[in-house]
This record gives sequence, C-alpha cells and structure tokens, in this order.
Amino acid sequence: MRRRPALRPYLLVLPALLLTCGILYPFALGLYYTLFDFSAAKPQPDLVRLHNYGTLLSQDAFWNSAWVTVLYAVGAAGAETVLGVAVALLLHRSSPVGRVLEKILILPLMIAPVIAAIIWKLMLQPSVGVVNHLLRPFGLGGVQWTDTPAGALLSSIAVDVWVYTPFVAVLALAGLRSLPGSPFEAAAVDGAGRWYTLRRLTLPMLWPYVLVAVIFRFMDSLKVFDIIYALTEGGPGDSTMVLQIRAYLEAIRFQRYSFGISYTIVLWAVVYLAAMVLVRRLGRIQRGAAEVSG
Amino acid sequence: MDRHVHDRRRFLALTGTLAAAPLVSACGTGFGGGRQDKGGGSAADDVTGSFDWKREKGTTVKALLNKHPYTDALIADLKSFTEKTGIQVTYDVFPEDNYFDKLTVDLSSGRASYDVFMLGAYMVWQYGPPGWLEDLGPWMRNSSATAAEWDRTDFYPNLLRAGQWSLRAGEPLGRGGQYALPWGWETNVVAYHTGVFRKLGLRPAETFEELRELAGVIERKAPGAGFDGMYGIAVRGSRSWATIHPGFMTMYARNGLRDFTVEGGRLTPAMNSPRAVAFTEDWADMVRRGGPPSWTSYTWYQCSSDLGAQKAGMLFDADTAAYFQAVKGASPASGRIAFHPGPKGPDGSLATNMWVWSLGMNARSRRKSAAWLLLQWATGREHLRRAALTGHHIDPVRRSVSQDGAYKDRMRHLPGFLETFETVAGRTRIQFTPQAQFFDTTTSWAAALQEIYGGKDARSVLDGLAGDLKAKAG
Repeated sequence: MRRRPALRPYLLVLPALLLTCGILYPFALGLYYTLFDFSAAKPQPDLVRLHNYGTLLSQDAFWNSAWVTVLYAVGAAGAETVLGVAVALLLHRSSPVGRVLEKILILPLMIAPVIAAIIWKLMLQPSVGVVNHLLRPFGLGGVQWTDTPAGALLSSIAVDVWVYTPFVAVLALAGLRSLPGSPFEAAAVDGAGRWYTLRRLTLPMLWPYVLVAVIFRFMDSLKVFDIIYALTEGGPGDSTMVLQIRAYLEAIRFQRYSFGISYTIVLWAVVYLAAMVLVRRLGRIQRGAAEVSG
Repeated sequence: MDRHVHDRRRFLALTGTLAAAPLVSACGTGFGGGRQDKGGGSAADDVTGSFDWKREKGTTVKALLNKHPYTDALIADLKSFTEKTGIQVTYDVFPEDNYFDKLTVDLSSGRASYDVFMLGAYMVWQYGPPGWLEDLGPWMRNSSATAAEWDRTDFYPNLLRAGQWSLRAGEPLGRGGQYALPWGWETNVVAYHTGVFRKLGLRPAETFEELRELAGVIERKAPGAGFDGMYGIAVRGSRSWATIHPGFMTMYARNGLRDFTVEGGRLTPAMNSPRAVAFTEDWADMVRRGGPPSWTSYTWYQCSSDLGAQKAGMLFDADTAAYFQAVKGASPASGRIAFHPGPKGPDGSLATNMWVWSLGMNARSRRKSAAWLLLQWATGREHLRRAALTGHHIDPVRRSVSQDGAYKDRMRHLPGFLETFETVAGRTRIQFTPQAQFFDTTTSWAAALQEIYGGKDARSVLDGLAGDLKAKAG
C-alpha cells in the first residue's frame, strides 16, 4: 500500500525521461561515431579519438564554411529583425488595409523554404527570370544574381528574408499589442513626440519580444540548408558553402560518415554557445523593459 | 523518508542503465552497411541444370530507376519480360537530382530494398569497395544461369570494361569483378543549330581554339541574325561532378591531359599541371565569351533545353541530350540540329569521355537469381532493339543493334548523328582514373572551375585543389 504513492511520481516522469533519452541517444551516438573513421570505405572502422575534429579544424574549407555560415546568419537575422519590426510598426495601427496586409504577410511562412528557393531561383534566372525583366527598363536587366560569389550569398539571404521576415513581424506585432498603455498615455500628456516615444518607450519595451525572434532566426539561420542548397548548391565555388551543406556532402554524397557528423557536432556547439549568450542577454533586456514599463 | 531516497537512487540508477544500454551496444555493433561476406562464393553457383527463363516464375523483383527516356522504354516493355519469365517487376522512379542520394542511402543502410538498380561506371568506384554490388561475373560465366543468346561479345568492349574493376584505386578498368552491365550509353559530341550556322556562314569547329571563337561569334552575331537571345555554346556549370565529365573532360582528354597520375598505387592530382591550367583557363574563357547566362547552375537539363529552345547555338554534351531535342516535334529546334564529333586535340585526338547507364544488382538481394534474369533481359538484344526502335533508347550498347538496318533508318534523318556516332564510338571510354573519392574529386573540381570562371587565378585555384585532393585521394 505504501509503495504505490511512492512510485507514482516516477511513473509520471517516465514519459519525459523516455523522450529525453530519445533525444539524447541519437545525439550521443553521433558524437560517438565522430571518434572513429567510419566511412563507406571503412565500415568496420578504427578508433581515432579526436582526429576528425583535428583534421576538420585544420582545413581551410571548414573555416571558409564557418565564415560563410556566420555571414549568412548575421545578415539574414539582422535584416529580418529590422524589416520585421518596421513592418510590425506600420501594421500596428489597425485599419482595414492593415488587416488585409497582415493576412498577406504570413503567406511566405506557409511555403516550404525549399519551394520558396526554387521559385526564387527561377525568378532570379538572368535571361528569363522576372526580376531581370522588371529591372530591364532601368538598364539593370543583365544582373547575374546567383552566378557571382557576392551575388549568390546576397540572393540566398534575400530569399531567407523573404520567407522569415513575416515571422519576426508577427512576433513583434504581438509584442506591440501586448504593451501596457499607461506609459504611452503619460508620454502623450507630457507632450512627447512620436520619435521620442518610439525610441524611449516602444523599442525598449518591445525589445524582449524582438530578441525572442532574433534568437530563433539566428539559430535557424546558422543551421540553414534547404534555401541555399536549392538556390546555389553551395556555389559558385565555395561562396555559399555553409556548414550544413558541407556536412551533408561529406556524410551522404562522399560517404565519410564520421567526418560529416563532426561538422554537425561543431555546428551544434556553435549554435549552443550563441543561444546561451543570446538567452542571457534576453534576461537582462527583459529586466530593463520591466523597469521602463513599471 | 530513508526508503524514498533509496528508491529514488535505485530508480535513477535503473533508468540510467536502460538509457545507456543501447549506446553501449552501439559501441560494439553500431556501424551498419558493412562489407558483404566474401567467403561463401557467389550465389550464381547455386544455379545448376539447363537454362530456363521460367526458373523463378512467381517471384517479384524490385527495381530502383532514374527518370530517363531509357527507363520509359524499359517500363513500356516490362510486360514482355513478365510473359517470358513469370517474374513481376515493381519499381520506383526518381528524378536524377535525387536518384543517386536515394540509392546511396539505401545501399549504405545495408538493406535489400531494391534488387536491381541503375548506376553509372563512376558509382561502381563508390559502391564497389564497401561490398554493396554483386559481382555479376560468376552469373555471366554460368551457362545454367545465363541464356546462350545473351551474347557478351556483342557489347562494345569499352562499355563492358567500364563496369569491371579490381576495386583498387588507380588500377585501370577491365580487371576484377563485373559490377555493372552496360545498358544505355552516351558519347560526348558537339550538336549545333543548322539555321544559325547557315545564316552566319559558320562551320563546326575542328580545334578547341576554333570552338572558343565560334562560341563568341554566335553570342555576338546570332541575335542580329534573327536568333534573339541566342548565346554561343551550352555546357554544364553547376557545382557537381556532372559538370566535369561531359564536354570538359572530353576536351581535356583530347588535349592529352589526365586527372591523376598513378605511381606505385598512389594517386597524384594532375589537374594543376601547366598544360591543364592553360586548358582550364581557356575553357572558362569560352564560357565567359559565349556560355549560358547563368552557367553556374547549368545541368544537362538546361543545356539540352536551351539547344531545343534555340537559345544556344551549340551544345557540347552527351549526344542524347541533343537527340531528345532533335527528334521531330520535340522542340522548336527539331529538324535544325546537326551532330559533329567536336574539336580534335592538338595531335588530332578524338578521345571522348563517356557516360554509361548500367544496371547492377544489390549484393544483399534475396532474389538474386530472378534479379539476374531481369538484368539479362534488360541488357539483351531483343529488348534493346525494341527500345531503340520504338522508344528513345538510342546509342546502342550492342553492336548488333547499332548495325541493325531498321535502327539506322530510324536515325538517318538526324544530320550527322550516325556518322558522328561511328567516328567516336571506338574512341569513347572512361577518361577518369578509377578511385573511390571520384565524387568528391570532381565536385571540388567543378567548384574550382566556377571560381576560375568568376575571375580567380587559375593557377592558384588549381594548386589549392590539387593540394586538397592529394590528401584525400592519395
């Protein structure tokens, strides 16, 4: 009789524990594989300990990919934040037009990123793409959007921005609508201008919501695969070869399984560290926002 | 309370052990897709007695196929295979962009989802060493398993050799196991739009220098001659191994250049030799002068359709890529596409690189005898002749089909096709050095080509490539 209530809490926690194991097991197995030289050519591999990481970190290809990944993530998350907040501020004042625009705004979020990239790939095609067609009257009809290194990276970021800016905008809009009214009323009574209110009240109080979106978008952009692979396959040259694509090529296309997984483990470490820093920053910003609204 | 603490500790210890168990077991056996057991001989030895097409009646064989006109011809004719053998064939068809990833993942998983699949000779270099491919040699040699009319001497020897390898890097093809059978192949030639050539008074290029000139001339003059938006020459440019092997490797080989040199079983990259650097610069220059506007994303699909849409004046790629546009009603350019062997090398060489669609068998298949009957039938004279005459399965792998009067009659209306085929067929072979890192090597090579096209110094890019590949392939 006494054992049943004693066991109940553990039984209740069991599903969560199994779920945790289900998450940790593949991760731990992947980590374990990286300690071997497991590949198609060596299905019964030797233990090489940290050799894969040593090789990886000594390669120019890795550092190039790391640099491209960071450029992409900072560029995409940064542009999406600025545009997303701007769009949210524009839509904040509810009107019939604004409500229609809100619905249109979320359309890109309903399209799979890989499909969006394919659509944009066709639109950016230099000779038959609609983008150059529209630019032709302005003398810009011959732009090689994805054929140059800088163009390919910018085009990839642009597609990411097209797909995910609505996500930031929706979060920011929700944040704007949940801000307390009293500080704004007090500012209006004191005769504060729009720009002052925006800078001193709206943005500081909105910042925690925006930072949540930034954290999501920055982490997602670090892990990007679909948009770039569909648009440029990592080219031209290695100009858009982010870590995820490099990992895929190594593990699947070239069948160097351990080496490919090493790339993903390094990427995981980078994402984890970035997330940790951003979440700590979020905590400080939330406290700051509370002081402003209080 | 004491008891609760004790219970909690035991519970945590138990769940910890349960969670760790699969990980611990993985330490011993976690690496799947291992080499097949080579000790037991071939399953072909189990087939005895007189040959019988009905031997495996009632069996179902599963095939993995790439979306291709050759596949269409095979599927259209499968009914006759089932009538002949009593074997049912089920199949999955994937587009080429995904096909090889699907096949690679499936084979590396160690399962036997598919008994039979399409592959190229280069895939033998990747799939052969891990033991994923059945050695078809014992099946071919066993007269109980192989019909007398399946005449191996009827295949073009180079095509049969393309699927035969010792599985040792750098060793030439034509020795060791037969891991794939030739089924349909492609030789790389120049196809051109006769309308623009006639209007501009041009002739097909006989040297690479002339080809580069020609590409530039078409790019400059064709739009003014009534071919709006036409550029010079369609060649592949995507960041893929497939960019290197058609026109580029053909012209590279005609210049007497090699991808690797082999000494004592060690491979040394040779794509940064002074002559190779000069050739690569010239190739990139040709693309800049008269190549596709979005070259770095160009696959054979785009190259082929640009020729058909009268957007490209020439195509240096597989003869089939032009053929599919040239046949009556297939494209705006049909009836106006002619074939030419392409530029010769400095010493008159017409060495040509080939792509050979082959059929292979999964080493883990549980229906090998039935799968072998399907392979025999699909690569046999009867089906291939029918596929060439009623489908688009051209470039016959069998001499008997290429010499067949009805086949020649069918192809005669395409200007230069038969003459070009006959000129280069005997000189077409795999021009790459066989090695398991082929896809990495050639993908990196394509990336280097893109960088040179983008304006980077060819010497330093190719030196960097060679340094990187030396560590991988050596």
